[in-house]
Amino acid sequence: MTDLPASKVDLKSILTTSARSDSSEGMSYLQSVPRRIVTLYLPLTIIVVVLLFPFYWMALTSVKPDDQLIDLDTYSPFWTWNPTFKHFYKLLFESQYPHWLWNTMYVAVCATVLSIIASVLAAYAIVRLRYKGASLVGGLIFLSYLVPPSILFIPLATVVYQYGLFDSPLALILTYPTILIPFSTWLLMGYFKTIPFELEECALIDGASRWQILIKIVLPLAIPGLISAFIFCFTLCWNEFIYALTFLQSTQNKTVPVAIVNEFVDGDVYRWGSLMAGALAGSLPLVILYAFFVEHYVSAMTGAVKE
Amino acid sequence: MVDIALTPRAAKSQMREATSWDQLKHNRNWLGFWFMLPAMGFLIFFLAYPLGLGIWLSFTDTKIGRVGQFIGAENYEWLWDDSIFWLSVTNTLLYTSIASAIKFAIGLYLALLLNENMPFKAVLRSLILIPFIVPTVLSALAFWWIFDAQFSIISWSLKHLGLIHQNINFLGDTTWARICVIFANIWRGVPFVAITLLAGLQTVSPSLYEAATLDGATSWQRFRHITYPLLTPIIAVVMTFSVLFTFTDFQLIWAMTRGGPVNATHLMATLSYQRAIIAGQLGEGAAISSAMIPFLLAAIMVSWFGLQRRKWQQGENND
Repeated sequence: MTDLPASKVDLKSILTTSARSDSSEGMSYLQSVPRRIVTLYLPLTIIVVVLLFPFYWMALTSVKPDDQLIDLDTYSPFWTWNPTFKHFYKLLFESQYPHWLWNTMYVAVCATVLSIIASVLAAYAIVRLRYKGASLVGGLIFLSYLVPPSILFIPLATVVYQYGLFDSPLALILTYPTILIPFSTWLLMGYFKTIPFELEECALIDGASRWQILIKIVLPLAIPGLISAFIFCFTLCWNEFIYALTFLQSTQNKTVPVAIVNEFVDGDVYRWGSLMAGALAGSLPLVILYAFFVEHYVSAMTGAVKE
Repeated sequence: MVDIALTPRAAKSQMREATSWDQLKHNRNWLGFWFMLPAMGFLIFFLAYPLGLGIWLSFTDTKIGRVGQFIGAENYEWLWDDSIFWLSVTNTLLYTSIASAIKFAIGLYLALLLNENMPFKAVLRSLILIPFIVPTVLSALAFWWIFDAQFSIISWSLKHLGLIHQNINFLGDTTWARICVIFANIWRGVPFVAITLLAGLQTVSPSLYEAATLDGATSWQRFRHITYPLLTPIIAVVMTFSVLFTFTDFQLIWAMTRGGPVNATHLMATLSYQRAIIAGQLGEGAAISSAMIPFLLAAIMVSWFGLQRRKWQQGENND
């Protein structure tokens, strides 16, 4: 990819109210209050309500008693006065849900760690070693980000079968890095570039090996980048669907998204409560993680654009 | 002593014998090779090789559990006469173009709104992103419930407002089903577009706007002649990603409609899954997914050359 003029994007300011983050700040006094309500607050409220409504609906459904779910005439559908945790109870103690959660977590953590290790090495080599063909390889890695899983899942299924990995979490742990490595390498390259080269030069003169430099100087300085890459990779793994759907067969090996779609959807009229409870419980770990690392997440997301 | 005359390499060899192994360890290219090995290993074995294999499979009659024979372009010939395949192509193009255009419009609008000065801005900006964080399948299930034929909250609300008298069969009617999946896709994609464009907006210097205002520019003129041109490179990148991922979308459709009703929402990705994995025709499925490659290449080319042309016009150097 080419370097865009936008490489000066100040990521932190997207989520913090720093002084210069507002291009309109200097002129907002020109607008009257009613005008601002119509042009700014009203459309913003509508968009935010639409964006968040499905989550409200998910949460409400998951605590509504079954009889209220299907009786729209007696009870107002928008609220319930008798919340029940029956759906969550069923989910946690009468289904394999905890097992699926564990599978998802296990696959996501392993694939993320593998990808980060590979990406750190690759990014360092591209940015700092500048071996022959480094820029070409960098470009190829970026291109591989543009190859979507929905083109690869059929041949990958045969490959996974050949390697004897079918229906094992290892199939996902080994294939997810192809989605994660391009992105995190690109992200880490950006971070490594910001580390002053002089630091490394000094260490080289003092006789440190490249490996020591990477571990003791570059990585500690790139921790924000590593966190960003970790969070983003973890989210991508959690979200991945088509590989998990294709490579896993037995119920107990499934990940949360696949298990909910395949195991919870049956002819049962009363499934909505548990289905929504399952969807909510499957989203919560990510939302909590996101709440703690918003800034890192956003910088990872815009990282692709930054470079 | 003659130490001074020694080259650094020789000085080193006095302390320790410089073996060829040592030389290799310090050779940039070799070092680069070792550092690249894990990443390239993954990408070659699980990305490049399958990509080639997929194209090869599309020229065979492989079925699940049976190695196929090379049959030339027969799969493609069948697809050419397959009305469901063409329907899926039309659906994919329709889905991608409508969803991407609306995502861009709302995303840009939202980014401009979020760029204004207001209280609780930081909280608002992080809330906006939540649809993007939550796994697509799980939010698709929420939409499935919202669009339920009998208990849809939308039907209920419209009925109570007196606008309709019968429930709308959202996911059972071909037109409605298309609208619903496109809506869900837009809902999920807007946060990404908005936050990335917001990142771009923040790089625009406020002094440009002030100067324009002093010269009497209207807010539309400020947008048209300052914001938009400066934002174009980011727009190009964001929209390439957006188009690419919308085009190859699978999970949203699979969780909401599985391609139904009567194939009205089948995308190329879902159709290839259905033919390859459910029906077991790996070769035919591979042909459908390989048929996506030209479209993807075209999308990448358009944005790539679009960017190059802009750069050239602005007289900027690469790097």
